[in-house]
Amino acid sequence: MTLDVTLDRDHYVSRHASLAKGASTPAWLITLRQKAIQHYQDIGLPTTHQEEWRFTNTQALNGTRFEPAPAASAAGIDIAAIERLTLGGDLYRIGLVNGRFSPELTNLAGLPTGVTVQTISDALRASAAVVDANLGRHARWENNAYSALNTALFEEGVVVHVAKGVVLEKPIHLIHVTIPTAGQPTVTHLRNLIVAEESAQVRVIESYVGRRGTYWTNTITEIVAGDNAVADHYRLNREADEAYHTGRVDMFAGRSGVANTHAITFGGLLTRNDTGVVLGGEGADCTMNGLTVIGGKQLVDNHTSIDHAVPHCTSHELYKAVLDGTAKTVFNGRILVRKDAQKTDSKQTNKNLLLSDKALVNTNPQLEIYADDVKCTHGATIGQLDESMIFYLRSRGIGETAAHHLLTYAFANDIVGRIQVPALRERLNDYLVHRLRDEDGTEEAL
Amino acid sequence: MLDIKNLSASVGGKTILKGINLSLKPGEVHAIMGPNGSGKSTLAQVLAGRDSYEVEGGSVDFLGKDLLDMSPEDRACEGVFLAFQYPVEIPGVSNSYFLRSALNAIKKYHGQPEVDAMDFLAMVKEKARLVHMDEALINRAVNEGFSGGEKKRNEIFQMAVLDPKLAILDETDSGLDIDALKIVAEGVNALRRKDRAILVITHYQRLLDYIVPDHVHVLADGRIIKSGDKTLATELEAKGYGWLDDLVAAR
Repeated sequence: MTLDVTLDRDHYVSRHASLAKGASTPAWLITLRQKAIQHYQDIGLPTTHQEEWRFTNTQALNGTRFEPAPAASAAGIDIAAIERLTLGGDLYRIGLVNGRFSPELTNLAGLPTGVTVQTISDALRASAAVVDANLGRHARWENNAYSALNTALFEEGVVVHVAKGVVLEKPIHLIHVTIPTAGQPTVTHLRNLIVAEESAQVRVIESYVGRRGTYWTNTITEIVAGDNAVADHYRLNREADEAYHTGRVDMFAGRSGVANTHAITFGGLLTRNDTGVVLGGEGADCTMNGLTVIGGKQLVDNHTSIDHAVPHCTSHELYKAVLDGTAKTVFNGRILVRKDAQKTDSKQTNKNLLLSDKALVNTNPQLEIYADDVKCTHGATIGQLDESMIFYLRSRGIGETAAHHLLTYAFANDIVGRIQVPALRERLNDYLVHRLRDEDGTEEAL
Repeated sequence: MLDIKNLSASVGGKTILKGINLSLKPGEVHAIMGPNGSGKSTLAQVLAGRDSYEVEGGSVDFLGKDLLDMSPEDRACEGVFLAFQYPVEIPGVSNSYFLRSALNAIKKYHGQPEVDAMDFLAMVKEKARLVHMDEALINRAVNEGFSGGEKKRNEIFQMAVLDPKLAILDETDSGLDIDALKIVAEGVNALRRKDRAILVITHYQRLLDYIVPDHVHVLADGRIIKSGDKTLATELEAKGYGWLDDLVAAR
């Protein structure tokens, strides 16, 4: 057998076949997985010839033969250090290591009645109706091969369900740790589902960290904010320097529902975030924010989509990126205002700060407006630190490097300041300050 | 305190300062007046260390040290303060955080301990009163959305907090109504001290009614063409800058 590393399509197909044999999977999921692997075979892995991937070359990812990540012990992980580096604060926490539930990283004590947090394998047994009603219904996994692969191959993930009218005060922190295998690239396909039923409220933080090594995290999170419900969601990517991360988040907001999602990306060699929100009930509101702070050879591609499907919905989108070294970022922000979505109020802003001459930004607002009585604005900027600001700070005694840090921090902090979870805000603040001083301590924690 | 000898400087290949000689002693207030394009602001920027200006010749001695050899931040730490003609807006950085960073940088330079948050707050409130600055502005982003008068007051407020040995006020009166001008001038006068020199740069004599200088210099075409006491400012105001053309031509 020859090993075609450029497009080893069958490699993942055989994984699907072996999954299908062993599992006690419900019939609908078998059908979904079958559809997904077929779709993957039909469309193949993306290339830069495709519009959606024009600026993001994934050949290195596509050409690597990733094996499923083996079970890894949480032993050796300094849990206190993980907490320090991710989040302290008063949070519920569910942890996974290499795609498997980790009791050591989990603390769900005191979870109120009406709230369930479980692994997807448990949920398929114990909360089958919730999973059946939602999984695969919101994620637009057909959009790319990685999402199709996730749908065909996922084995684990987290399901959060908040019953009608229940307001969960404390946020839930879902932490995924990758312990790579030396000499063998590994992949984890994670599938999460968050459902806030009518008038419920939930706040979920997903964070992704990993020890140094080549690995790939491929995630999909589906989030439903029912009528009058609030779902506030954060993704914190602090993957290892050599890691690949492809993550899809698809949210749905019902009547007067609130769907907020924030993509904060510091880590990984290559990250592609696909973030979509469908405003599906009148009066729904969406805040979609993103902060990317990268350097070296990192690449972060944020493809976002907000679908105003019905009238009287509002959306605010603000994505910011700070780039150093030869880092590269892509922002593609699609706003779709359907024919019936009159009185839509939508604002999109993308701002980029280049700290080096070699960093690169591709920004592309994509507004498709089919209604005629709407307010839609968008704007994009790409700039460097302002010389007159630097001189002003220096003229007051602040050193040149400190002035650069202060101005960069101020740029990034605009997003952090809007985060509704104090613990997360403080950790990000610390992280930004340390990162800007080149004192990132992620490795020490793992 | 400050000895400027034969200083010449250019920007973008164009020579603006053509041999400035000026000497300030501690406790003195000097005013530099001159028409547009005479080099007033260039002098201020060169003294503060802006690197878009090229020093072509001459020397500047500040308290026995070569000022031109220092970075802008080191000049500030040594005690030079420039009140900007056009103060810069810095979104995302609060006035108080900015000032505390600056004050601590200066303290660190001198090997002194950092100021603690409570002491700093008390000091800042006291200094804000000096320039009748609304305390709310202390916690707002630096100069962002400030009115013209608020920006200029903020400059003098910063001067009060940073406590410089030499303050250069670059057209601090420009764009101010008479009430704002009086407040700014009062603030400056309150900061006059035996061990501090102040260089006031202005286009108009009016400011000098409120900040009365010990010496007045007239700058034209990159040179100081006339020096005198405060009556020179009045004379200049009466005769207009056209009066200088003959003096320039005579050189």
